[in-house]
Amino acid sequence: MTIKANTRQVDGVTVVDLSGRITLGEGSTILRDTVRELLGRGQKKILLNLGDVNYIDSSGIGELVSGYTTVTNQGGQLKLLNLTKKVRDLLQITKLITVFDIFDEETAAVRSFT
Amino acid sequence: MKKAMPSTGRVEVQLESSLESVDQAEEMARRFAQAAGFSEEDLDKIGMSVREGLVNAVHHGNKYDTHKRAGLRLEMEGPNLVVTVTDQGSGFELAGVPNPLASENLLKQTGRGVFLMRAFMDEVEVRRLSPTGTEVRMTKHAAPANGKEE
Repeated sequence: MTIKANTRQVDGVTVVDLSGRITLGEGSTILRDTVRELLGRGQKKILLNLGDVNYIDSSGIGELVSGYTTVTNQGGQLKLLNLTKKVRDLLQITKLITVFDIFDEETAAVRSFT
Repeated sequence: MKKAMPSTGRVEVQLESSLESVDQAEEMARRFAQAAGFSEEDLDKIGMSVREGLVNAVHHGNKYDTHKRAGLRLEMEGPNLVVTVTDQGSGFELAGVPNPLASENLLKQTGRGVFLMRAFMDEVEVRRLSPTGTEVRMTKHAAPANGKEE
């Protein structure tokens, strides 16, 4: 299964519920298109819920980084929610754990946006 | 944890330069390693490494050229799994791959594939093929055979 992305609004923050695999090809394209679409609509507070993402490869990691830099460069914020152990381990070994704001609880994550 | 058991099996395929081949290769490697007795955690590492190797082969190496093939060989050398991935691209040198952990590279979108292979496998060697192409040889050691694992 590749990735599915559903968006919802919570107190001015766009929560993107992702599920499946973020890998080279359709998975990373859907993530990229989703972030671009949100920015195009002026939604710059983005919380990616990765709770149901069971697999990310280096292309998927790259797409997360690209999303982060694109949103940040446009004055927005992109944060991560509910990392699985596999995804957290990947961000740990690539040192990206130091780059992203990461949360385990949605309410706290939403509240953290400024 | 199960010990990796020696196997005499060997699988060798030539794959089309497509993303479908990447998925196919990952699945083949996982099944091969599972049959050899590697742990679930190792299967994830092996699968990811093979995936990254094949992505490099079909995407960066062969550039999805339908006339070029990506090779995958899976074999046991004693208790160790050896994965060899080849492409027919213009070749690359490991020394030329930037360190993705360096602060100036941390926010780059690409450049983590080889790093992940090296993080997840015990040995990774890259060599240019003649007249063209690259071979990536990755080895995963079996779980320690000292009887200390669960």
